[in-house]
Amino acid sequence: MPQPLDTLKETPSQTAGPYLHIGLMPTFVGIRGPHAGDLGSRMVGDKTKGERITIEGRVIDGGGEPLRDCLVEVWQADAAGLYPSPSETRGAADPNFTGWGRAAADPQSGVFRFETIKPGRCPFPDGRLQAPHVSLWIVARGINLGLNTRLYFGDEAEANAADPILSRIEPQSRVGTLIARRNGNTFSLDIHLQGPDETVFFDI
Amino acid sequence: MAAASSNDAPETGAFFPRDRSWHPPAFTPRYKTTVLRSPQRPLISFSNTLSEMTGPVFGQNILHELDNDLIMNFAKPGESAQGPRIVVHGRVLDERRRPVPGVLIEFWQANAAGRYRHKKDGYLAPLDPNFGGCGRTISAADGSYSFRTIKPGPYPWPNGVNDWRPAHIHFSIFGSGFAQRLITQMYFEGDPLIKLDPMVGGLPDPRAVEQLIAPLDMARTIPMDATAYKFDIVLRGRRSTLFENRLEGN
Repeated sequence: MPQPLDTLKETPSQTAGPYLHIGLMPTFVGIRGPHAGDLGSRMVGDKTKGERITIEGRVIDGGGEPLRDCLVEVWQADAAGLYPSPSETRGAADPNFTGWGRAAADPQSGVFRFETIKPGRCPFPDGRLQAPHVSLWIVARGINLGLNTRLYFGDEAEANAADPILSRIEPQSRVGTLIARRNGNTFSLDIHLQGPDETVFFDI
Repeated sequence: MAAASSNDAPETGAFFPRDRSWHPPAFTPRYKTTVLRSPQRPLISFSNTLSEMTGPVFGQNILHELDNDLIMNFAKPGESAQGPRIVVHGRVLDERRRPVPGVLIEFWQANAAGRYRHKKDGYLAPLDPNFGGCGRTISAADGSYSFRTIKPGPYPWPNGVNDWRPAHIHFSIFGSGFAQRLITQMYFEGDPLIKLDPMVGGLPDPRAVEQLIAPLDMARTIPMDATAYKFDIVLRGRRSTLFENRLEGN
Protein backbone atom coordinates (compact mmCIF):
# COMPACT_ATOMS: atom_id res chain seq x y z
CA MET A 1 0.00 0.00 0.00
CA PRO A 2 1.29 3.49 -0.79
CA GLN A 3 1.20 6.18 1.86
CA PRO A 4 -2.22 7.74 2.43
CA LEU A 5 -2.77 11.18 0.91
CA ASP A 6 -3.98 12.53 4.23
CA THR A 7 -6.80 14.52 2.69
CA LEU A 8 -10.39 14.71 3.87
CA LYS A 9 -13.66 14.37 2.00
CA GLU A 10 -15.92 17.40 1.74
CA THR A 11 -18.89 17.21 4.09
CA PRO A 12 -21.72 15.81 1.99
CA SER A 13 -24.65 18.10 1.25
CA GLN A 14 -28.21 17.56 2.44
CA THR A 15 -31.25 19.52 1.34
CA ALA A 16 -31.97 22.85 3.03
CA GLY A 17 -35.55 21.62 3.44
CA PRO A 18 -38.83 23.52 3.62
CA TYR A 19 -37.96 25.47 6.77
CA LEU A 20 -34.70 27.04 5.59
CA HIS A 21 -36.06 30.51 6.41
CA ILE A 22 -35.78 29.79 10.14
CA GLY A 23 -32.02 29.68 9.96
CA LEU A 24 -31.28 31.88 6.97
CA MET A 25 -34.04 34.51 6.98
CA PRO A 26 -35.68 34.40 10.42
CA THR A 27 -37.11 37.91 10.16
CA PHE A 28 -38.81 36.94 6.89
CA VAL A 29 -40.84 34.29 8.77
CA GLY A 30 -41.52 36.42 11.82
CA ILE A 31 -39.01 34.98 14.27
CA ARG A 32 -38.10 37.84 16.55
CA GLY A 33 -34.44 38.09 17.43
CA PRO A 34 -31.73 40.57 18.28
CA HIS A 35 -31.02 41.45 14.66
CA ALA A 36 -32.61 44.33 12.78
CA GLY A 37 -33.06 42.37 9.58
CA ASP A 38 -31.97 39.30 7.68
CA LEU A 39 -28.41 38.89 6.43
CA GLY A 40 -28.03 39.69 2.75
CA SER A 41 -31.27 41.66 2.51
CA ARG A 42 -29.43 44.89 1.64
CA MET A 43 -26.58 44.96 -0.88
CA VAL A 44 -26.32 48.67 -1.69
CA GLY A 45 -26.39 51.97 0.19
CA ASP A 46 -26.57 55.62 -0.75
CA LYS A 47 -22.85 55.75 -1.51
CA THR A 48 -22.58 52.61 -3.61
CA LYS A 49 -21.00 53.27 -6.97
CA GLY A 50 -22.63 52.01 -10.14
CA GLU A 51 -25.88 51.76 -12.00
CA ARG A 52 -28.78 50.81 -9.72
CA ILE A 53 -30.67 47.81 -11.01
CA THR A 54 -33.23 45.28 -9.82
CA ILE A 55 -32.80 41.61 -10.53
CA GLU A 56 -35.89 39.46 -10.28
CA GLY A 57 -36.99 36.02 -11.30
CA ARG A 58 -38.59 32.75 -10.36
CA VAL A 59 -37.34 29.19 -10.07
CA ILE A 60 -39.68 26.91 -12.04
CA ASP A 61 -40.02 23.16 -11.44
CA GLY A 62 -40.52 20.39 -14.00
CA GLY A 63 -44.29 20.77 -13.72
CA GLY A 64 -44.19 24.47 -14.59
CA GLU A 65 -44.85 25.64 -11.03
CA PRO A 66 -42.68 28.30 -9.39
CA LEU A 67 -40.88 27.24 -6.23
CA ARG A 68 -42.44 29.26 -3.44
CA ASP A 69 -40.11 27.92 -0.78
CA CYS A 70 -36.68 28.35 -2.36
CA LEU A 71 -33.84 30.67 -1.41
CA VAL A 72 -31.43 32.34 -3.81
CA GLU A 73 -28.04 33.82 -3.00
CA VAL A 74 -26.15 36.09 -5.38
CA TRP A 75 -22.47 37.01 -5.49
CA GLN A 76 -21.15 39.63 -7.87
CA ALA A 77 -18.37 42.12 -8.54
CA ASP A 78 -18.73 45.84 -7.89
CA ALA A 79 -19.14 48.41 -10.66
CA ALA A 80 -15.39 48.29 -11.37
CA GLY A 81 -15.33 44.48 -11.62
CA LEU A 82 -13.71 43.95 -8.20
CA TYR A 83 -15.01 41.52 -5.59
CA PRO A 84 -15.44 42.72 -1.98
CA SER A 85 -13.56 39.71 -0.62
CA PRO A 86 -10.19 39.00 1.03
CA SER A 87 -9.55 36.60 -1.86
CA GLU A 88 -9.66 39.54 -4.27
CA THR A 89 -6.00 40.35 -4.99
CA ARG A 90 -6.36 42.99 -7.72
CA GLY A 91 -7.40 45.92 -5.56
CA ALA A 92 -9.92 47.23 -3.08
CA ALA A 93 -13.56 46.91 -4.02
CA ASP A 94 -16.22 49.53 -3.28
CA PRO A 95 -16.53 49.55 0.54
CA ASN A 96 -20.18 50.51 0.20
CA PHE A 97 -21.15 47.40 -1.70
CA THR A 98 -21.56 43.92 -0.15
CA GLY A 99 -21.46 41.92 -3.39
CA TRP A 100 -23.56 39.28 -1.66
CA GLY A 101 -27.30 39.07 -1.36
CA ARG A 102 -29.84 36.55 -0.15
CA ALA A 103 -33.55 36.46 -0.96
CA ALA A 104 -36.41 34.07 -0.40
CA ALA A 105 -39.01 33.42 -3.04
CA ASP A 106 -42.27 35.19 -2.32
CA PRO A 107 -44.58 32.62 -0.66
CA GLN A 108 -47.41 33.46 -3.08
CA SER A 109 -45.79 34.37 -6.40
CA GLY A 110 -42.44 32.63 -6.09
CA VAL A 111 -40.64 35.80 -7.23
CA PHE A 112 -37.20 36.57 -5.76
CA ARG A 113 -35.77 40.08 -6.03
CA PHE A 114 -32.43 41.83 -5.45
CA GLU A 115 -31.75 45.56 -5.40
CA THR A 116 -28.15 45.85 -6.54
CA ILE A 117 -25.84 47.50 -9.05
CA LYS A 118 -24.73 46.30 -12.44
CA PRO A 119 -21.35 44.56 -12.02
CA GLY A 120 -18.22 45.42 -13.97
CA ARG A 121 -16.16 42.87 -15.87
CA CYS A 122 -13.55 40.61 -14.34
CA PRO A 123 -11.03 38.35 -16.04
CA PHE A 124 -11.15 34.66 -16.88
CA PRO A 125 -7.99 32.77 -15.75
CA ASP A 126 -6.42 33.21 -19.20
CA GLY A 127 -6.79 37.00 -19.01
CA ARG A 128 -9.74 37.43 -21.33
CA LEU A 129 -12.53 39.52 -19.83
CA GLN A 130 -15.74 37.83 -18.81
CA ALA A 131 -19.05 39.50 -19.60
CA PRO A 132 -20.70 41.17 -16.61
CA HIS A 133 -22.48 38.49 -14.61
CA VAL A 134 -23.95 37.56 -11.25
CA SER A 135 -23.31 34.14 -9.68
CA LEU A 136 -26.43 32.46 -8.31
CA TRP A 137 -26.76 29.66 -5.75
CA ILE A 138 -30.18 28.08 -5.30
CA VAL A 139 -31.33 25.89 -2.41
CA ALA A 140 -34.76 24.50 -1.52
CA ARG A 141 -36.69 21.49 -0.37
CA GLY A 142 -36.10 18.82 -3.04
CA ILE A 143 -32.70 20.22 -4.04
CA ASN A 144 -30.08 17.88 -2.60
CA LEU A 145 -27.03 20.00 -3.44
CA GLY A 146 -27.19 23.76 -4.03
CA LEU A 147 -27.43 24.65 -7.72
CA ASN A 148 -24.88 27.00 -9.26
CA THR A 149 -25.75 29.12 -12.24
CA ARG A 150 -25.08 32.64 -13.51
CA LEU A 151 -27.12 35.59 -14.69
CA TYR A 152 -25.85 37.60 -17.66
CA PHE A 153 -27.32 40.85 -18.93
CA GLY A 154 -29.44 41.16 -22.06
CA ASP A 155 -28.08 44.61 -22.89
CA GLU A 156 -24.49 43.30 -23.11
CA ALA A 157 -24.76 41.41 -26.40
CA GLU A 158 -21.20 42.15 -27.49
CA ALA A 159 -19.60 41.13 -24.18
CA ASN A 160 -21.83 38.07 -23.93
CA ALA A 161 -20.83 36.93 -27.42
CA ALA A 162 -17.14 37.03 -26.42
CA ASP A 163 -17.56 35.55 -22.95
CA PRO A 164 -15.23 32.55 -22.38
CA ILE A 165 -17.86 30.57 -20.47
CA LEU A 166 -20.92 31.36 -22.54
CA SER A 167 -19.03 30.56 -25.73
CA ARG A 168 -18.25 27.01 -24.60
CA ILE A 169 -21.85 26.02 -23.84
CA GLU A 170 -23.15 23.32 -26.16
CA PRO A 171 -25.57 23.65 -27.80
CA GLN A 172 -25.31 27.43 -28.11
CA SER A 173 -29.12 27.64 -28.07
CA ARG A 174 -28.94 27.06 -24.30
CA VAL A 175 -27.02 30.30 -23.67
CA GLY A 176 -30.29 32.19 -23.66
CA THR A 177 -31.32 30.45 -20.44
CA LEU A 178 -28.70 32.57 -18.61
CA ILE A 179 -29.48 35.98 -20.10
CA ALA A 180 -31.80 38.32 -18.22
CA ARG A 181 -34.18 40.53 -20.16
CA ARG A 182 -33.98 44.26 -19.49
CA ASN A 183 -37.10 46.32 -18.87
CA GLY A 184 -36.24 49.79 -17.53
CA ASN A 185 -33.86 49.18 -14.64
CA THR A 186 -35.12 45.68 -13.99
CA PHE A 187 -33.49 42.52 -15.30
CA SER A 188 -35.73 39.44 -15.26
CA LEU A 189 -34.73 35.81 -15.52
CA ASP A 190 -36.74 32.67 -14.81
CA ILE A 191 -34.69 29.64 -13.87
CA HIS A 192 -36.06 26.34 -15.16
CA LEU A 193 -35.02 23.21 -13.28
CA GLN A 194 -36.20 20.86 -16.02
CA GLY A 195 -37.78 20.76 -19.46
CA PRO A 196 -36.90 22.08 -22.91
CA ASP A 197 -35.82 25.43 -21.41
CA GLU A 198 -33.76 23.88 -18.60
CA THR A 199 -31.31 26.47 -17.30
CA VAL A 200 -27.60 25.80 -17.69
CA PHE A 201 -26.24 24.79 -14.28
CA PHE A 202 -22.54 24.73 -13.56
CA ASP A 203 -20.12 22.38 -11.89
CA ILE A 204 -17.74 24.89 -10.40
CA MET B 1 10.94 28.27 0.43
CA ALA B 2 9.58 24.77 0.42
CA ALA B 3 6.46 24.25 2.49
CA ALA B 4 6.50 21.53 5.15
CA SER B 5 3.99 19.49 3.18
CA SER B 6 1.53 19.97 0.36
CA ASN B 7 -1.11 20.56 2.99
CA ASP B 8 0.65 23.68 4.24
CA ALA B 9 1.05 25.47 0.91
CA PRO B 10 -0.71 28.85 0.63
CA GLU B 11 -4.30 28.89 -0.46
CA THR B 12 -4.42 31.10 -3.50
CA GLY B 13 -5.60 28.85 -6.27
CA ALA B 14 -8.72 27.23 -7.61
CA PHE B 15 -10.79 24.88 -5.51
CA PHE B 16 -10.39 21.13 -5.85
CA PRO B 17 -13.14 19.80 -8.10
CA ARG B 18 -16.20 18.80 -6.13
CA ASP B 19 -16.51 15.00 -5.85
CA ARG B 20 -20.16 14.81 -6.82
CA SER B 21 -20.25 11.05 -6.23
CA TRP B 22 -19.86 11.83 -2.52
CA HIS B 23 -22.95 14.07 -2.46
CA PRO B 24 -26.52 12.90 -3.06
CA PRO B 25 -27.41 13.10 -6.76
CA ALA B 26 -30.07 15.63 -7.73
CA PHE B 27 -32.62 12.92 -8.53
CA THR B 28 -33.37 10.68 -5.51
CA PRO B 29 -36.96 9.53 -6.12
CA ARG B 30 -37.49 8.06 -2.64
CA TYR B 31 -37.42 11.73 -1.63
CA LYS B 32 -40.32 12.65 -3.86
CA THR B 33 -39.82 16.41 -4.07
CA THR B 34 -36.57 15.84 -5.96
CA VAL B 35 -38.44 14.34 -8.92
CA LEU B 36 -39.57 17.69 -10.37
CA ARG B 37 -36.74 19.76 -8.88
CA SER B 38 -33.70 17.90 -10.22
CA PRO B 39 -31.94 19.24 -13.30
CA GLN B 40 -31.61 16.56 -15.97
CA ARG B 41 -28.99 17.98 -18.32
CA PRO B 42 -25.31 17.53 -17.60
CA LEU B 43 -23.72 20.31 -15.57
CA ILE B 44 -21.30 22.52 -17.51
CA SER B 45 -17.83 22.41 -15.93
CA PHE B 46 -15.27 25.20 -16.09
CA SER B 47 -12.14 26.24 -14.25
CA ASN B 48 -12.72 28.52 -11.29
CA THR B 49 -12.65 32.22 -12.05
CA LEU B 50 -12.51 35.02 -9.50
CA SER B 51 -16.29 34.78 -9.31
CA GLU B 52 -15.96 31.34 -7.69
CA MET B 53 -12.68 31.83 -5.79
CA THR B 54 -13.86 34.94 -3.95
CA GLY B 55 -16.72 35.07 -1.49
CA PRO B 56 -18.32 37.19 1.19
CA VAL B 57 -16.87 37.37 4.69
CA PHE B 58 -18.70 38.36 7.82
CA GLY B 59 -17.33 40.15 10.86
CA GLN B 60 -18.00 39.67 14.55
CA ASN B 61 -20.24 42.74 14.33
CA ILE B 62 -23.05 40.60 12.91
CA LEU B 63 -23.12 38.42 16.03
CA HIS B 64 -25.24 38.93 19.12
CA GLU B 65 -24.15 37.39 22.41
CA LEU B 66 -27.03 34.89 22.36
CA ASP B 67 -26.67 33.85 18.72
CA ASN B 68 -24.84 30.69 19.80
CA ASP B 69 -27.31 29.84 22.56
CA LEU B 70 -30.61 28.47 21.26
CA ILE B 71 -31.65 27.59 24.80
CA MET B 72 -31.85 31.28 25.68
CA ASN B 73 -32.05 33.33 22.48
CA PHE B 74 -35.83 33.10 22.15
CA ALA B 75 -36.69 32.55 25.81
CA LYS B 76 -38.69 34.90 28.00
CA PRO B 77 -36.76 36.47 30.86
CA GLY B 78 -36.15 33.86 33.56
CA GLU B 79 -37.22 30.97 31.33
CA SER B 80 -35.43 28.63 28.90
CA ALA B 81 -36.17 26.20 26.08
CA GLN B 82 -37.50 22.73 26.94
CA GLY B 83 -35.64 19.55 26.11
CA PRO B 84 -32.32 17.78 26.62
CA ARG B 85 -29.62 20.44 26.88
CA ILE B 86 -26.68 19.83 24.54
CA VAL B 87 -23.50 21.50 23.31
CA VAL B 88 -22.69 21.08 19.61
CA HIS B 89 -19.07 21.76 18.75
CA GLY B 90 -16.49 20.94 16.13
CA ARG B 91 -14.06 22.43 13.67
CA VAL B 92 -14.35 23.75 10.15
CA LEU B 93 -11.54 22.24 8.09
CA ASP B 94 -10.79 22.03 4.40
CA GLU B 95 -9.93 18.96 2.37
CA ARG B 96 -6.23 19.57 3.13
CA ARG B 97 -7.04 19.35 6.87
CA ARG B 98 -6.34 23.05 7.35
CA PRO B 99 -8.56 24.92 9.81
CA VAL B 100 -10.91 27.39 8.16
CA PRO B 101 -11.19 30.42 10.44
CA GLY B 102 -13.60 33.32 10.27
CA VAL B 103 -16.43 31.70 8.36
CA LEU B 104 -20.10 32.18 9.10
CA ILE B 105 -22.01 29.10 10.28
CA GLU B 106 -25.81 29.28 10.56
CA PHE B 107 -27.97 26.55 12.11
CA TRP B 108 -31.67 25.83 12.52
CA GLN B 109 -33.72 23.00 13.95
CA ALA B 110 -37.03 21.71 15.29
CA ASN B 111 -37.80 21.92 18.99
CA ALA B 112 -37.58 18.98 21.42
CA ALA B 113 -41.01 17.76 20.28
CA GLY B 114 -40.02 17.80 16.60
CA ARG B 115 -41.93 20.96 15.67
CA TYR B 116 -40.50 23.88 13.67
CA ARG B 117 -41.42 27.49 14.32
CA HIS B 118 -42.67 27.91 10.74
CA LYS B 119 -46.19 28.40 9.46
CA LYS B 120 -45.70 25.62 6.91
CA ASP B 121 -45.14 23.05 9.67
CA GLY B 122 -48.47 21.45 10.58
CA TYR B 123 -47.19 18.69 12.90
CA LEU B 124 -49.50 18.31 15.89
CA ALA B 125 -46.62 18.43 18.40
CA PRO B 126 -46.57 21.71 20.33
CA LEU B 127 -44.43 24.77 19.79
CA ASP B 128 -42.19 25.70 22.69
CA PRO B 129 -42.85 29.36 23.54
CA ASN B 130 -39.23 29.68 24.62
CA PHE B 131 -37.60 28.18 21.52
CA GLY B 132 -37.08 29.89 18.16
CA GLY B 133 -34.72 27.36 16.62
CA CYS B 134 -32.04 29.42 14.90
CA GLY B 135 -28.57 30.73 15.61
CA ARG B 136 -25.24 31.62 14.05
CA THR B 137 -21.57 31.80 14.89
CA ILE B 138 -18.21 32.45 13.22
CA SER B 139 -15.37 29.92 13.33
CA ALA B 140 -12.39 30.83 15.52
CA ALA B 141 -8.73 31.07 14.47
CA ASP B 142 -8.33 27.30 14.83
CA GLY B 143 -11.54 26.64 12.88
CA SER B 144 -13.47 25.70 16.01
CA TYR B 145 -17.05 26.61 16.77
CA SER B 146 -19.63 25.69 19.37
CA PHE B 147 -23.18 26.48 20.35
CA ARG B 148 -25.69 25.43 22.98
CA THR B 149 -29.15 24.15 22.16
CA ILE B 150 -31.67 21.46 22.99
CA LYS B 151 -31.70 18.11 21.22
CA PRO B 152 -34.33 18.32 18.47
CA GLY B 153 -37.05 15.67 18.24
CA PRO B 154 -37.74 13.41 15.26
CA TYR B 155 -40.89 14.18 13.29
CA PRO B 156 -43.13 12.71 10.58
CA TRP B 157 -43.22 14.28 7.14
CA PRO B 158 -45.45 13.90 4.11
CA ASN B 159 -43.38 11.82 1.70
CA GLY B 160 -44.18 8.15 2.08
CA VAL B 161 -47.20 7.14 4.18
CA ASN B 162 -45.09 6.83 7.32
CA ASP B 163 -41.75 8.59 6.88
CA TRP B 164 -39.97 10.10 9.87
CA ARG B 165 -37.01 12.41 9.89
CA PRO B 166 -34.26 11.43 12.31
CA ALA B 167 -33.36 14.15 14.80
CA HIS B 168 -31.16 16.65 12.98
CA ILE B 169 -29.76 20.15 12.92
CA HIS B 170 -29.45 22.06 9.63
CA PHE B 171 -26.11 23.78 8.96
CA SER B 172 -25.25 26.47 6.42
CA ILE B 173 -21.53 27.18 5.99
CA PHE B 174 -19.64 29.84 4.06
CA GLY B 175 -15.99 29.48 3.12
CA SER B 176 -13.45 31.85 1.61
CA GLY B 177 -14.94 31.38 -1.86
CA PHE B 178 -18.49 31.19 -3.18
CA ALA B 179 -17.73 27.74 -4.66
CA GLN B 180 -17.43 26.37 -1.10
CA ARG B 181 -20.99 27.30 -0.17
CA LEU B 182 -22.59 24.34 1.56
CA ILE B 183 -25.77 23.35 3.37
CA THR B 184 -26.04 20.04 5.20
CA GLN B 185 -27.67 18.31 8.16
CA MET B 186 -26.10 16.88 11.31
CA TYR B 187 -27.54 13.67 12.74
CA PHE B 188 -27.09 12.13 16.20
CA GLU B 189 -25.16 8.96 17.02
CA GLY B 190 -27.39 5.99 17.73
CA ASP B 191 -30.59 7.31 16.11
CA PRO B 192 -32.39 4.28 14.58
CA LEU B 193 -34.28 6.54 12.15
CA ILE B 194 -31.12 7.50 10.25
CA LYS B 195 -30.98 4.31 8.21
CA LEU B 196 -34.67 4.62 7.28
CA ASP B 197 -34.49 8.23 6.10
CA PRO B 198 -35.03 8.96 2.37
CA MET B 199 -32.82 12.06 2.54
CA VAL B 200 -29.92 10.21 4.16
CA GLY B 201 -30.67 7.39 1.74
CA GLY B 202 -29.74 9.67 -1.15
CA LEU B 203 -26.09 9.52 -0.09
CA PRO B 204 -24.38 6.95 -2.34
CA ASP B 205 -21.60 5.98 0.09
CA PRO B 206 -22.14 4.73 3.66
CA ARG B 207 -18.98 6.58 4.70
CA ALA B 208 -20.61 9.84 3.62
CA VAL B 209 -23.54 9.01 5.92
CA GLU B 210 -21.13 8.45 8.80
CA GLN B 211 -19.59 11.85 8.11
CA LEU B 212 -22.94 13.46 8.98
CA ILE B 213 -23.43 11.62 12.30
CA ALA B 214 -22.19 13.48 15.38
CA PRO B 215 -20.89 11.26 18.19
CA LEU B 216 -21.60 11.85 21.86
CA ASP B 217 -18.51 13.61 23.19
CA MET B 218 -18.23 13.08 26.94
CA ALA B 219 -15.06 15.18 27.07
CA ARG B 220 -17.05 18.28 26.18
CA THR B 221 -20.13 17.63 28.32
CA ILE B 222 -20.86 20.14 31.08
CA PRO B 223 -21.47 18.11 34.26
CA MET B 224 -24.96 18.56 35.71
CA ASP B 225 -25.87 20.76 32.73
CA ALA B 226 -25.52 19.52 29.14
CA THR B 227 -24.25 16.58 27.06
CA ALA B 228 -22.13 17.30 24.00
CA TYR B 229 -21.93 16.19 20.37
CA LYS B 230 -19.01 16.76 18.01
CA PHE B 231 -19.56 17.72 14.38
CA ASP B 232 -16.56 18.59 12.21
CA ILE B 233 -17.31 20.21 8.87
CA VAL B 234 -15.05 19.86 5.82
CA LEU B 235 -15.13 22.45 3.03
CA ARG B 236 -13.53 22.15 -0.38
CA GLY B 237 -9.79 22.74 -0.36
CA ARG B 238 -7.96 24.90 -2.84
CA ARG B 239 -4.80 24.48 -4.83
CA SER B 240 -1.58 26.34 -4.34
CA THR B 241 -0.66 28.31 -7.44
CA LEU B 242 2.96 27.07 -7.23
CA PHE B 243 2.97 25.20 -10.51
CA GLU B 244 0.36 27.32 -12.21
CA ASN B 245 1.52 30.86 -12.71
CA ARG B 246 3.91 32.20 -10.10
CA LEU B 247 6.61 31.06 -7.74
CA GLU B 248 6.82 34.16 -5.64
CA GLY B 249 4.95 33.90 -2.39
CA ASN B 250 4.79 30.12 -2.35
